[in-house]
This record gives sequence, structure tokens and C-alpha cells, in this order.
Amino acid sequence: MITLVLEPEQKAAMPPVATQANDDPKISVRDFDFFYGSAKVLHGISLDIQARKVTALIGPSGCGKSTFIRSINRMNDIIPDARGKGTILIDGKDVYGGDTDVVELRRRVGMVFQKSNPFPKSIYDNVAYGLRIGGLRNKRQLDEIIERSLTRAALWHEVKDRLHASALALSGGQQQRLCIARALAVDPEILLMDEPASALDPIATSKIEELIYELKESYTIVIVTHNMQQAARVSDRTAFFMLGRLVEEGDKNAIFTNPKEKMTEDYVTGRFG
Amino acid sequence: MQRHFDRDIDELKHLLLQMGAMVEDAMERSIRALLERDTALANEVIARDDEIDRMEIVIDQKTIELIAIMQPTASDLRFVATIMKITPELERIADLAQDVCERAIELNREPMLKPVSDLPRLAHDAQSMVRDALDAFVRSDAALARRVIAQDDNVDSLTESSFRNLLTYMLEDARNISSAIRLTFVGKYFERMADGATNICEMVVYLVEGKMIKHTAHAAAADE
Repeated sequence: MITLVLEPEQKAAMPPVATQANDDPKISVRDFDFFYGSAKVLHGISLDIQARKVTALIGPSGCGKSTFIRSINRMNDIIPDARGKGTILIDGKDVYGGDTDVVELRRRVGMVFQKSNPFPKSIYDNVAYGLRIGGLRNKRQLDEIIERSLTRAALWHEVKDRLHASALALSGGQQQRLCIARALAVDPEILLMDEPASALDPIATSKIEELIYELKESYTIVIVTHNMQQAARVSDRTAFFMLGRLVEEGDKNAIFTNPKEKMTEDYVTGRFG
Repeated sequence: MQRHFDRDIDELKHLLLQMGAMVEDAMERSIRALLERDTALANEVIARDDEIDRMEIVIDQKTIELIAIMQPTASDLRFVATIMKITPELERIADLAQDVCERAIELNREPMLKPVSDLPRLAHDAQSMVRDALDAFVRSDAALARRVIAQDDNVDSLTESSFRNLLTYMLEDARNISSAIRLTFVGKYFERMADGATNICEMVVYLVEGKMIKHTAHAAAADE
């Protein structure tokens, strides 16, 4: 259970964050609160996330960044007693609206987790999984999409000769790229990445970072990371969360060279704690 | 929380201040060597310039190591960037003090020229700008930095008026030309030292406020 106790002076030090006005945000969050039972873990988050940009969410453990990212595709729905309040719009449509098809939402908003979680199936079947659920049976079409997805995930050349081998035989970094390929196969618009490289070695990490860089041409990416340098390298915009609040959001260069808020400054310089 | 990095920063700051003190000292002695026609003192300043050069290399190396190892961000990054920009400015000011001494030695071999009224003032103003620039850095005082920047125009006009003064001497008597040209150079050296102080102060404003006021320095100073 996450509990939050805010001292009055901490509350005073956390002014509401006005995010940069944006003509056409892909994701628009307004006054979003989130509760696990009676514990409020997100407090009035308002944030615009731009299309085909990488937005990194940084902040200390327990600050709510993972809860926030999981709210975007309603992954938190599966947690008993968890509920959100406020609005999250994707292309202007409320994710928490009554007419939202959650399965379709999760197709549009793909997710990659900290620990790669391939199914105990072949590489091919992993990537084909979502497509088959969607009703695609045509072998030629499946082959095409699988090759394209694995290529986009920068894995094709490493696995093209063993597509029917078990996915579990791949290295950690390859498994993570396979999960990215699996997410890309169903043609999402948004990719949520929750610490996608934190369990990987530096070489596998740099491959994932390069991949993120390329994927943002086509997808809107939101990444949670504990690695500040990674946020600096891969993101266009960076949002700093603390104690369930959005302290500051802005152009990553501003966040890492001249943040407006002292709390952000203390966090990115490692003074925090 | 006290970080290991804070100790590195303190060490770097200490080294830069040591270098700053050496540069101020070189400047002070170069002015005395010039005004008191003291060739021995001028030679001392020239001989000590190598120490300042070595100091620059030490600071550069430590700064680069710090970037590689600590990957500084935000105010830490601005601090490191400021050190990297200030160090060569200080080294250049020391080189200019050495140039003043070289001209002083040459002047001492020639008959003394009539006093150039604005030149000592120019020298002392440039000196106080360098001193204040270093103070502004030590105290992270952007207001002081802006005041120093605002003084640069005054130094420029003193340089111009001492040049006109020297030009008159040259027109009066062709035998003055050699010394007057050397003194014109000296005026220019002090003006450049003041420019160095201005550049340092622009970096101090960046360090404190995160604003790049370079090339808009006068406008920014006037804003305050």
C-alpha cells in the first residue's frame, strides 16, 4: 500500500503545474486523481502529451509515475479498489468514458514493462498473438506484419532464421525487443514503457534507447525511467513527479539544464533525499 | 544531502580561485611595472605566466573528468560549463598582463613620454572589473556581474580617449611615435582584459539564472 503524507510546507512548495499549451496533444490529462482504496496516490495531474514525441516521467520510487502511465491504458482497472477521477483524453476522447472499449484502447495504447514478459511460445507466435486475437489468420499477411514488427523493433536480423524457436531462449535485451515487436504488431498509436531498460545491460539498454529514438517518428511514447541520463537522452519532454504530484514538465533541455522548480533541481542533481 | 560531487565542485572552485588570484596578481604587477617603469618587476610577471598556463591545464583536466564521471545536470552542469568558459578567459587576461610587461620593458628603453592621463585609470578600472568578476563568481552574485558588465562601456571610452591623447603626442613630435604606439597597444590590452571580465560575468549570470546573455549583455544589464 502506498501512503502519502504531505507536510503543509511541501504542499505550498508544489504549485500546480501549467504545462505548455499545445495545439494538438495526443494525450490530454486534466485534474486526474488516483486512489488505491482510500489512499490517494495521484493528486490533480494535468499534463499534455504531444504526438510523436517521447515524454519521460521521472521521480523517486513511489512518486506515482507508474500509476500514472498505467492509467493511460487503464491497466490499473485490474487492481481491486483502484479508481481514477478526472479526465484522460486520447485524441479528445475520454479514456474513462462509459463507451470506451478497453480491449480496443489497449490495442491503440501498447505497453512494455520493466521485466520482459514473452509468452512461452515461439518468437513468431509471440508477435502473432495480438493479431490472431484480432482475427487475422492469413499466413502471408501474418508473415508480413511479423517481419515488419520485428524489423521496427530492431530484432529481425537476429531472429529471422529461428522464428519458430522458443522466445524464452532469447537474451534479456532480445526478449525486451520482442515485447516491443509484439506491442507494435497490432499497430498502436501510443507506446507506454515502464522502465523498459532497467533490467538490461548497457549494450541492450543502448539498443532500446536507439529504438525509442526511431519509433518516435511513428508513435507517441511515454516512458517511465529511473535513469536520469536515459530520460535526458531519449526524451523530448520530461515530467518530474513527486509524492503523487506533477512538480514540473517541460522541454528536456530546460529540465536538465535549468529547471524552474527547486525540487526538480534537487532531484536531477541527486541532492534529493 | 552532502554529495561526493559537492566536494569535487568545491575543489574545482578552489583551484579556479587560486588561478584567479594569480591572474589578479599578474595584472596588479603589470600595472606597477608599467607606471613605475620597473623592468625587473615586468620580467617577474613574464616568468610567472607559465604557472598560470599549467593551472589552466589542471582545471581543464579536472573539469573534463568530472563531466565524464559525474554527468552533471542542472545547476551542477551550469557550474561546470561556467568553469570551462571562465578558465580560458583568466588565462587570456594573464597573457595580456604579460603583453603589458613586454611593452613596459620596451618603453623603458625609450625616453619617457608625457603622462597619458586616461591610461592609469583605464588600467585600474580594468583591474577592478576583473576583481569584481571573480567576486561575482565566488558569491554567485548575478547583480554584481551585471554591474561589472555595465562598466565595460566606460572602459571602452577610456581606451578611445587615451588613444586620442596618444595620437596628439604623435602629431606633435614624430619622435614620440614609437612609445605612443606601444602605449596604444597597452591601452588595447587593458580594454581586452575588461572584455574578459565581461565574459566571465556573462557566465556568472548563466550560472545563477540559467540565462545566456552573451551578445545581448548591455541590453540585459540595462534591464536590471
